[in-house]
Parts: sequence; structure tokens; C-alpha cells
Amino acid sequence: MSMFESLLNTLETGSGFWNPIVWLVSILIIFLIVHILRGFGNKNYKINTEQTKPFLSGNPEYEKEKMHIKGSNLYWGFTESLKWIFDILKKMHTGNVSDYVLWFIIVISILFLAVGLI
Amino acid sequence: MAIIGSILLLVSVIYSWSFIEENSGLDKYYTLVLLLAAGMFGMMLTGDMFNFFVFLEITSIASCALIAFWTNKGKAVEAAFKYIVISSLAALFVLFAIALLYGQYNALNIAVLGSAIQFSYLDKIALVLLVAALAMKAGIVPMHMWLPDAYGRAPASVTIILVGATQASLYGVFRVCFTLYGNTINLSPTSIGWIIVLLGVITMLIGVSMALIQSDFKRLIAFSAVAEIGFIFLGIGTGLTLFANNQMFGLIGSTAMSGGIFHIINDSLDVGLLFLVAGAVYYATKETSLDKMGGLARNMKYTTILFIIGLLAISGIPPMNGFASKLLIYESTFQLNPILAIVAILSSIMLLAVFIKVFHSAFLGPAQPKFSAVKEVPKTMLLAMGIIASLIIIFGLFPDLIINNIIEPAVNSLINYNEYIKQVIPTFTGGF
Repeated sequence: MSMFESLLNTLETGSGFWNPIVWLVSILIIFLIVHILRGFGNKNYKINTEQTKPFLSGNPEYEKEKMHIKGSNLYWGFTESLKWIFDILKKMHTGNVSDYVLWFIIVISILFLAVGLI
Repeated sequence: MAIIGSILLLVSVIYSWSFIEENSGLDKYYTLVLLLAAGMFGMMLTGDMFNFFVFLEITSIASCALIAFWTNKGKAVEAAFKYIVISSLAALFVLFAIALLYGQYNALNIAVLGSAIQFSYLDKIALVLLVAALAMKAGIVPMHMWLPDAYGRAPASVTIILVGATQASLYGVFRVCFTLYGNTINLSPTSIGWIIVLLGVITMLIGVSMALIQSDFKRLIAFSAVAEIGFIFLGIGTGLTLFANNQMFGLIGSTAMSGGIFHIINDSLDVGLLFLVAGAVYYATKETSLDKMGGLARNMKYTTILFIIGLLAISGIPPMNGFASKLLIYESTFQLNPILAIVAILSSIMLLAVFIKVFHSAFLGPAQPKFSAVKEVPKTMLLAMGIIASLIIIFGLFPDLIINNIIEPAVNSLINYNEYIKQVIPTFTGGF
């Protein structure tokens, strides 16, 4: 088998397969089809006009730099609804090195139980 | 392992050229980097338990000094203190385990110990101590808490080598389970494989959940690195669970182990690239809080492209390298227990959400006036990140080539431990 052929080999995953080259070619064909379909679209779009301004339910638009959603606010709904889980996780991470050692001892105890020493 | 360690070291040195040029004490910095590299390679390549302990100590001491390299920042010194406490404890337990094995078998060579081990009461104690100590050094939940502190405070050029050193500890766990205890590990009343699988699942979920709520760029990547280690443990644990069943191991176990070991390489590259990007953002803006960033893609185009490559790779999006290894892990763990594969896929999706948050908050959005003077990072830093990004793409496009030439031999050397023992002791006639 030549080097080129071996580069194109398909990865067998036991119950499936994966060939990134085939995937890439497929994606390129899909992009081409999307591009052709886009060509049939409405051409009345005018950049830098009222048409392209964001609509904020009638509210005035703030300065652009103040409109950026900060990292901590991005998944607010998700983190708020699972607050109880995140609170437990935060409580675990005390930053105290004594607690780090305690967790180590706990894991050792569980492993001792698992291998039948206790 | 050594190949990937060498790549990370080379990239770190190229990156350091510009990244820390304004700092003092560079002679000590490069000496410590070489010392860390020596320890890391020693841990990966030694066949002697006591040498392993010595290299573990060398790695720990050099890492501690490098984490505290920016001594003007109190938190870096605090992180280094925590790291050395944890590392000393782990090293002490490793030494105690080695003493137990030496006391019984009068040997320190891994092959000799592997051929003689009986899974006696003392052997079981040594197994628990070795696995727990090395798992802590690898950052397995709930013993991972030192990792975000250390990774988050060390200079980015150091963090990338620390990733390699962490993987060396991970590799140590596998050598203990397979090469050292391979002949007897199935005598344990509870499958060690299932324990590793369970630790992997918990590590993935807690790592990714904690990453989601971080607002510090480097701590966020550090928690994602913890989650990635969970994937590796899941793959290897699945292999170890099916180790006793030859038919099932041939069908599923070997694929899971290939996925796990391939993911060690992929994780090092993906997490390494993201840490370098975080370092580049810090270098350009002197900012690590995601809440204070925004619009950086306008000023740092190349860094943004490199971040997107890292984002896609760590989240397991095709055709990047992370997808190939995660696919092997998903498919094999699904056949062991579908819930494991579901948790793994869920963790991957959450990882994607985590890094989209970073992409949005740091790189997208309107231009921020305070970053108007920000420029792209120097070419050496881009080159270092470019090398890793190229490897990510090559490993992603040609996974079969990597698996056949690098991963399969590594898996075979782990599972055919008796062959390894025979190479060292020609008179050895086989296992139990």
C-alpha cells in the first residue's frame, strides 16, 4: 500500500467507521449546494440602512461597548436553574490545601474498601 | 508519550522566547524547564520503580519552582505551595508503596516485580497507594483541586509542560495497573477497571461543570483539562474492565484503550494550544478575566483562528483530532454500558458550550476602547501555537495513520505485559 493510500485509510471503530477526508468532501459539496441556493435569495438587502439595525423591543440602543454580554452572564438561565448543583461544587472547592489532603484520604479509603483490604 | 512530551517542550521553548523575554531570572527559568523535562521523560521511560519515584520528585520540585516563577504575584506563590504539599504527599505514598514491594520481592525493576507479584495483602496496599497518589498527580476528581490553582497561576509557557507532566503521572497509573499488576489485577474482589471508569465519569462531569462557571480564562481551561482526563480514564477503565474476558476485550476493550491512549496525545495538544492562546491574550491585554474582555478578534486575528481550532478540537468536533479519539471512546463505552457513552457525549457538548462562552466573551462583540491599542502577539508565539494547531489538524485528518503507527504499539505494549517482562527477563515463562 502506498503512503498516499494509507493516508486515506478509514478508521474502524469496532461498530462503525470514520473517514475525515470523506467528511470534508461531503461538507464542501453541502456548502456548494447552500451557496447555489443562496443565489436564488432576495437581493434587496441594503447594508448600513435601517434594515440592518438591531430591534430591541423598542428600547433605545446603548453604546456598542456596553452591549457586550460578559462571560459570567452568558449562561445565566442554565446556571441559575442548576444553582443548587453549582453551589455544592463551589463549596467543595474551598481552596484550602488541608481539604485537598482530606479528599485524597477519602479516595484512598474507598480504594481500600474496593480491593477488599477493609 | 515521550514524542508528545518532546513536542510540548519544543513548543514551550519557542513560545517562551517572546512570552517571558521581559522577565528577569531567565537562566533559572530555562534550567528549571530542562529539569522538568528530564523528570517528565524519566517518568515515561524508566523501567525501575525507584527511578520512577526519583523522576516524580524531580518533576514536582521543578514544577513548583516554575509555577511560582512570577513571584511578584502572591497567588502564584500560593498555588506553588499547594502544589508542593500535594506532590510531596503523593511522592511519600509512592515511596511507601515501593518500599512495600521491595520488602517482599527484593526487587525494584518493574518487569521483575510484575513477574513475581502475588496480590498479597501488602501488594494490595501498594496498589491502592500507587493508584491514588498517581491519580492525584494526574488530576482525577475529587483530588483535582490543586490543578486549576497550579495551571491557572503558572506562566502559559510552563502550563503546557505541566500538561505533559500530568500525562506522565496518568501513564504511571496505566503502567502500575497493566505492567506491574497485569498478572494479578483480576484477583481484586471489585474490578479496578470499574473504579477507574467511575472516577473517569465523575471527573468528566465535575470538571466540565466547574469550567462552565469560571470567569478566569486559565482556570476555565484548567477545569476543562480535568474533564478531558476523565475521558482518558473512561477509555482505559473500559479496557481494564474487559481485560479478563479475551473475546470482549478483542471486540471492545482494545478499541476503548486505543481511544484512551489516543486521547492522551490529543488532550495534550488541544489543552496545550488553548493555554498558549490564553497566554497570548494575557500577553496582549494583561487581562485574564473573561468579564473584562471583548472584541479581541478585531485586533488578534491569528490568535482567534488558533483559538477556534483549539475550541473545535477539545469539544470533539469533526474533523479535528479530538473527534477521532472521542468516537473510539463513545462507541466502545456504549457497548459496555450506554449510560457511560451518554455521559461522555453530554460532557463533550458542555465543553463546546464552555469554549463558545470564551469565544463570545473574549473574541466577539464590539471593539472595547481599552483594547484599542492591543496588537497581535509576536511571531514566535504564533509559530509555537501554529505548530500545535497543525498537529491537531494532521492528527484529525489522518487518525488511522496515527493509530496504526503510534497508538496500537502503545496499547500492545500495555496489554502484552508478559512480552515486556520476557524482554527484560528472557527466562520468564509466562504469567499466572
